[in-house]
Amino acid sequence: MVDVIVFAVSALIILGGALGVILSRHSVHAALSLIATFFGVAVLFVQQQAHFLAVVQVVVYAGAIVVLFLFVIMLLGVDRTEDLAEEPLAGQRATALLLGGMLLALILGGLFLSGPGLDTEGGALALTGQSSQTASVRQLDESQSDIDLLADDLFTRNVLSFEATALLLTIATVGAVVLVRNRGGEDLVVDEPGSAKR
Amino acid sequence: MEVTASWYLVLSAVLFAMGFVGLLVRRNPLIMFMCIELMLNAVNISFVAFSNALDDVAGRTAVFFVLVVAAAEVVVGLSLVVALLRRRPSLSVDDLTSLRG
Repeated sequence: MVDVIVFAVSALIILGGALGVILSRHSVHAALSLIATFFGVAVLFVQQQAHFLAVVQVVVYAGAIVVLFLFVIMLLGVDRTEDLAEEPLAGQRATALLLGGMLLALILGGLFLSGPGLDTEGGALALTGQSSQTASVRQLDESQSDIDLLADDLFTRNVLSFEATALLLTIATVGAVVLVRNRGGEDLVVDEPGSAKR
Repeated sequence: MEVTASWYLVLSAVLFAMGFVGLLVRRNPLIMFMCIELMLNAVNISFVAFSNALDDVAGRTAVFFVLVVAAAEVVVGLSLVVALLRRRPSLSVDDLTSLRG
C-alpha cells in the first residue's frame, strides 16, 4: 500500500512538472518545473531499488543540467515571457495534440495489445524481444548493492561504450567552446534585416 | 494492490507523449530542449522498470549511458542557443529561416 501511495505522489509530481514545462510562459518557471519532474523520477528509481541511479539523477539532471539551463536563461537575458495565446501557425496546437495522442495510443497499444500481457510470466521477455532470462552473472542480486552491480556491468561488458562516452564528452566540450568562441566582434553583426540593433 | 512494471511503463508513455507535444508546440529552443529531457527521462523510467521485470542489470547500465549522452546533448544544444542569440535578438525557432529555399 505504501508503494502505491509513493508511486501516486511521484507520478503526480512528474506529470505536474511536465505540464509546467510545456505550459509555463516564463522559461525560468519551466526550468523549475523540470526540477520537480527530475525529483519525481528519482523517487521512482529509489522505489525500484536503483539507488545509485537516483543519486545520479538528482546530481546530474536536477543539479548540473537545470543549472546550465538557468545559467543560459540568466546570462542571455532571455527571461522574457512568451505569449502562449497567439498561435503563429494555424492549427499547430491541434495537430501537435493529435499527433501526441496518436503516439500515446501507439505506445500503449504496443504495451498491452501485443504478446501475452505485460505482468504475466514472460510478458516482459516477449515485449523486449529477449530470448530468455539472461545469464546469471548479470542478474540483479539482492545481496549486492546497486552500485556494485552497475559497476560490474559497466567495467566488464560495456567498457568500450564507457570509453566511447568519455570521447563523446570531450568532443561535446570542444564543440561547445568552438561554437561560442568570440571571434573579435563578429558576433555583434545582426544578420536579419529589419531586426532590432543590440 | 501492488505496483507492477506496467504502472511505470504507462507513466513513462504519458510522460514521453507530453514531452513530444511540448516539443511540437513550443517555439523557444530552450523549452524545446527541456521537452527533449522529459522524453529522455520517460525512457529512463522504462529502462529501470524493464531492468527489474527482467532481473537484468543491463537496463540500468543503459540509463547510465542515457544520462551521459543527455549531458553532452545539453552542452552542445545550449552553446548553439548562445551562438544563435548573439546574431539574433529574439529567441524563437520561427525566426531561423536562413535555409529557406
